[in-house]
Formats: sequence, C-alpha cells, structure tokens
Amino acid sequence: MTEQPPAQAEPTVGQRFVKELTTGNTALTFLSIVLALLIGAVLIVVSDPAVQEAGGYFFSRPVDLIAAIWESASSAYGAMFSGSVINFDAYTVGDALLPFGKTLTFATPLIGAGLAVALAFRAGLLNIGAQGQIIMGATCAGYVGFTYEMPAFFHVIVAIAAGFLGGAVWGGIAGFIKARTGAHEVIVTIMLNHIARLLLAYLLTIELFSRPGEALPRSPVVFESVQLWRPVAGSTVHIGLLFVLLAAGYSWWLLSRSTMGFRFRAVGHNPNAATTAGISVGRSYTAVMFIGGGMAGLAGAAHLLGTEHYLTDGIAGQLGFDAITVALLGRSSPVGTVAAGLLFGALRAGATTMAAQTQTPIDIVLVVQSLIVLFIAAPPLVRAVFRLKVRSTRAIAPEVGGRV
Amino acid sequence: MTAPTVDTVVVEPETEQARVLARSWGPSVAFGVFGLVALVFFGILPPNGRETRFGLSTASDAFRFDPIGVPSKIAAIALAIVCLGIAVYAAVLTSRPRRVPLWLPITFGIAFVMSFLSWAVAGNTLSLPVVLKGTIALAVPYIFGALCGMLGERTGVINIAIDGQLLAGAFLSGVVASLASNLWIGLIAAPVAGVLVAWLLAVFSIKYVVNQIIVGVVLNVLVYGVTNFLYGRLLGPMKDTWNAPGKFAEYHVPLLSDIPVAGPVLFKQTVVVYLMYLAVVLVHIALFRTRWGLRVRAVGEHPEAADTAGIRVNVVRFRNVLLGGAVAGLGGAYFTLGSSGVFSKEMTAGAGFIALAAMIMGRWTPVGAVFAALLFGFADNLQSMLGIMRFGIPSELMQMAPYLLTIFAVAGLVGRIRPPASNGQPYIKS
Repeated sequence: MTEQPPAQAEPTVGQRFVKELTTGNTALTFLSIVLALLIGAVLIVVSDPAVQEAGGYFFSRPVDLIAAIWESASSAYGAMFSGSVINFDAYTVGDALLPFGKTLTFATPLIGAGLAVALAFRAGLLNIGAQGQIIMGATCAGYVGFTYEMPAFFHVIVAIAAGFLGGAVWGGIAGFIKARTGAHEVIVTIMLNHIARLLLAYLLTIELFSRPGEALPRSPVVFESVQLWRPVAGSTVHIGLLFVLLAAGYSWWLLSRSTMGFRFRAVGHNPNAATTAGISVGRSYTAVMFIGGGMAGLAGAAHLLGTEHYLTDGIAGQLGFDAITVALLGRSSPVGTVAAGLLFGALRAGATTMAAQTQTPIDIVLVVQSLIVLFIAAPPLVRAVFRLKVRSTRAIAPEVGGRV
Repeated sequence: MTAPTVDTVVVEPETEQARVLARSWGPSVAFGVFGLVALVFFGILPPNGRETRFGLSTASDAFRFDPIGVPSKIAAIALAIVCLGIAVYAAVLTSRPRRVPLWLPITFGIAFVMSFLSWAVAGNTLSLPVVLKGTIALAVPYIFGALCGMLGERTGVINIAIDGQLLAGAFLSGVVASLASNLWIGLIAAPVAGVLVAWLLAVFSIKYVVNQIIVGVVLNVLVYGVTNFLYGRLLGPMKDTWNAPGKFAEYHVPLLSDIPVAGPVLFKQTVVVYLMYLAVVLVHIALFRTRWGLRVRAVGEHPEAADTAGIRVNVVRFRNVLLGGAVAGLGGAYFTLGSSGVFSKEMTAGAGFIALAAMIMGRWTPVGAVFAALLFGFADNLQSMLGIMRFGIPSELMQMAPYLLTIFAVAGLVGRIRPPASNGQPYIKS
C-alpha cells in the first residue's frame, strides 16, 4: 500500500477560528455564561417583591407583570455591568472606567489563588486548600507588614515573600502527606483549611497580633511602607495585580517550558507511566503543592497588603472556593485562569454596585459562578439546551479524572 | 510444559492483605502514645490532693443524685492505665495477626476523654448530663451528614456536597415550616431539599461523568449562593412570613427518660434526634445485614464484578446518592427546627466537612461514624465548658483536634483506613 490517501484540505487559520468560535470551548464557555446569567435572572425576578405583586393581578393587567420582570432583571444586570466595566453616567472618562479598576482589584487575589488550584490540577491533584493557603499567606505577610519597619521597596519584597512561603508551606504539607502516605489530598486540604482558620482566629487573640487596648479580633494596620502602590489615583487597583500576572507568566513557563512542569504534567496524565519513566511522583506532588500553595499565599499577601491592610478572621472570605471555580473555568491553564479571574472579578465588582443600587443580594454571584462551572463541565447539557453542536476540545480538569 | 508445582507459588508481598497487615501497627502505637500522654500529663504531673466531681443529674430529672467526687490524680492515672492496657491488647492482636475490632478504639476514646476530664475539671464539678447533651446536640448534624456520605461512598460516589445538602435541608424546612405554620410539614420538606441537591450531584457525576469532587465543591457554592440570596431577599426583610418556623419541643420518652444519666441525655430530645437514632440503626442493618447492602458494597468495591453479577451499577449509585441526600436534608432540619428555630446564613458552618471527617474516622461504618461524630462534638463543646476548666489551652486550638485527628487518620498514623475501592471512579460500561 504505497498509495497515499487523498490529502485532506488543511483548514485555514480563519476557518479554524470560526469553527472554534462556534462549536469549540469558546462557544461552550460563552453559552454556559449566558445560561447561568439567565438562571440567575430567573432567581432575581422570582424573588423580587415588585414582580410578586404584579403577578398577583396578572389576569387583569398582564403587561404589568412583564414590565416588572423586565425592570427587575434589567436593572440588576445593568447595575452589575456599570459597576464592573464602564459607568456611562460618569462625567469623565477616568471616572467612567473606575468600575473596571474595581474589577481588576477583585480579580487580583482570584487569579493568584486560581493558579494554585490550576497548577495542582495539572499534576492530577485537587487542591481544595486554597482557602487555608490564602489565610496563611495573608497571616505571614501581615505579620511582616505590621511588626517590622523597613525601607518601602524592601519591605514589600520581604512581606510578599513571607506570604508566598506561608502559603507554600501550607500547600507543601498537603503535598508531602499525599506523597508519603497516599492520604487523599482533598481530605487533607479541607482539614488544613479549618486548621488555618482556627490558627488565625487564635493568633488574633494573642498580643502579638492585636492592637493595643482593643478587644476586637483584628490585627494592627500594616505600615505604609508595605502597602502596595496604587498607580491610578481614586482607584483601588494596586501593584499586586502585576505580581499575580507575573505569577501567571511564571506558571505558563513552568508548565510548558520547564522540565519540572513536564514532570508535573506527566504525573498528572499517568502516574504509573511517569514512575516507569523515572519521575518521582511523590516529589512532584510535594513540589506542585508547594509552588501552588505559594501562589495562593501570594494572592493572600496581595489581598492583604493591597486592599485590606489588616488581618481579620474573615480575611480570605470566599476566595479559596472562588479559586476552584476560577481554575475550572480557566481549564487549568494559566492564560485561562487569568481570563476567568477577570470574569469572576467583574461579577464580584458588579455585584457590589448591584447590591447598593437595586437591593439585589450580592450572593447572586455565587449562584452564577457555580452554574457557569457546572455547565462548562457538562457540554452535553449545554448542547441539549441550545440544540447546538458544541463540544469541548479540552476537559475542564482532565488530569483529575472524569470524562467530559 | 511443566505443571505449576507448589514451590513455584510465591506469596506476593505486595498483596492488599499483606499491605494491610504490614501497616496495622499504627493503632497500637497511637494508643500507646496517647495513653502515655494521659498518664504523664493528666495523671503524674498535676498536683496531688484535688477532687473532681461529676454531676449525674439535673434539677429536672426524675432521680436526682449527689455529684460523685473522685480523687483527680488517681482517677486520671487509673483511666490512663486502661488506655495503655488497650494499647497492649491491640499490639497483641496485631502480632497474632488479627484485626483490631471497632469497640477497641471506641473504649479507648471514652477512657482517654474521661482521664482528660478528671484532670481538666480537677477542683470543680462537671455536670455529665449537660456535657453529654451538648455533645450530642453538636454531633447530630455530623451523624446525619456522615450517614449521607457513607451511603454515597459505599457505592463509590464521593459526596463533598454534604454541607450543601445539610444547608438546603435547613433552609427549606425552615421556610416551609414558616409558610405553612406547621413544623411537621417543614420536617417533610427537609429531605426533599437534600434530594434536590443530591439529584444534581448524581446527574452531573454519574450521567455526565464530571469529576465527583468538583461537582460536590461547586454544588456547595451553589447552595450557599441560593440560600444567602434568598435570605437577603426574603428571609431577612420579611422575617415573620418566611423565617419564623419555631422549633420542636423536646419529647420525653416515658420510662426511658427516667434512666439515670443516660435517660435525660438520650431520651429528652426533639423528634429530629429520634429520627437520627432510627437512621443509624436502619443504615447499619441495611448495609451489613441485607441483600441490598451486599449489592451496594459490591458496587463500591468492584463495580465490574457487580455488573457481571447483574447489578445495574449506575442505577444503584444514583439511588444511593439520592437516599443520602434525603438523610442529609433531614439532618439539616436539625439546625432550624431542632435547635435554633430560625434559619441564618450559612448556619451549617462547615458541619458537612466535619461529617465527612467523622465518616472517614468511623471507617465508613454507621457505628464508627457515630462515635467519631460524638468525639468531634465533644471537642467543639469544650469551648462552652471552658468556664469551669481552668487550663491553658485556648479553645481555638482545642477545636483543631478533629481536623488534626482526621489528617493523622488518613495519613495512616492511627491505623490503616481504606475507603471503598471504587471510590471516586466513574463507572462507564464498555
């Protein structure tokens, strides 16, 4: 059989682009977001007292109900948009773009923590422990920030490094236990989250971490020399964004250009094959959790030094769990994680405006966020809803099992 | 061709059995270390001559007793010696080699806790009924949650969404009871909420084969989001309509509640707690004494074999996840209808994760999970008892105990813990 099969015409870049846009991951992600926002709108509308009232006399004036539904959903999502991207009511261009700055501020810790989860995914580990790693990162950075006085530039470096190390050690413990004993990392990281939470709660009760003469569980404010620089006046965007973007760049280099990243991915694809090839699976687990934990620690440090400026027991908020959804939406690639972090940062930023303007509780973000991830995880469902041929070209977390 | 002879058959050192036996020195060592800790820190080091009094009844009990006073040091030492005895017995069993039965760690835990109390309460009176009742109150949702997790994991489906199912149950039971002004209708609604969440878990993890842990984590976030949102919209602003369910009164079981100490603790409870007793017994019997349970465990241990034997693996899994959801939802009702009488935001406070830990510590058995949950409930409860115990361990650090213990347990330091073999693996029929 020397005869070559008729060569298939190579699709041009343009054709591939269009195909990807209409049937690939982009389309799937887009449709998932639309679907999640739609369901969120249903929730907003159904629970709106104005709509319920109009629904009470539906048969006499049905138009009222439709108007109320439109008003309810459009005002909420309108406020969300103007609170996260562009505010058209502002007088100057700078003011109009302030909401976008808010989005970037919210996105900063999400990107860092998302990288923590994404890196672990690539080595086949489920890092549920970003929450604890963020707490440890913020705690260590905070301690350096409010205890020692140093020259500004140096202080920031030391505090950020302390934050990185705090998260890295916390993540590394989970990786090490997994490597040495085979204990499931999900259980270990969940437990470490609770331990970190209690540890911070304890630290805030001791003298070292509290303000003199104050009973409230909050730490002193970090020195100004260590507060992250805010380049845009009037906006909360801080230089921490640059740090997490650098971290994302490093993650990309690590995964696609370095030997260590190659090992991570090999272990993630098939630990047995990796062992046969002479890769130490255990060492890779420890290393990836150490580096990943460090990314979450960095996120915690940036959040503390850039936004909060002092420790409370709620310093990490929901960040650690948001991070999981960020990594999943970003399909555990560094670039995707940055994009997903921006999207969820926008949701958060928009939701605060929405809550202020329309009394729609901010928690709608959690609903939309989790629905997006559920939908992108199950392409057949999205296909069935939109009757489209959408397919996933890359699973959301292929290395940790499950089809899709 | 030569027939295989007896001496070519080599016992492979890496068989599952060999590995389990090789690892199982853990419990004896751990018992020994903890026993020594008890002996030295609770018994030998503290000063002599103090008395620990245990109150055995409260003012409302049928039979009232005077508090029993025991010399703190002697009691602590005696109980520590019991602990060490158990450690030795475990070591003997291991050297036979035989399995360490479940009652051994349970007895050890009770002896260790009593030794600890003899020391910590020295010079004071500790009311046992109050302590035990507080412990049970905290353990109830853990037990329900652990049963939920167990029903799923015994078929190979990991359920990280226990917390979400508990919260959903708490929410819906509170809202329905409030709207209907009837606690019983609310109680019926609770499992429905749990089943709804479980249904999502089942659909996504079994039908769409999404990673079970990911689905679980995301579902938790979804339930937090929905309940917080509706709380902000309806339950908070319109409290009287939406969030005034009230709670069940305690029902005193005739005769049984008059038993000294145990009676008031176990049988002066709300209906939700009695349902918990029932659930534990039913799940235990169903899992280990019925054909249904054998099938369930077969699916969890070896789905391919179960399939070959004619069991529809994914149907069994789907049903069990739903059943687990119903149990967890019912447990959620305890938060609203059983203890606080109102719903508040994220009121489960991570109970579902402690339930997961209790299930692991209890080695995927109902009885083991109950005692693990009680131990965790006891550690939580210590915070409220700190007033009478003047010792220098901050409550936050005490509360870490369950989490640390769980890490030790899954790391194999406290005995080899083995989950069902197919845990977390989707079953795709080829």
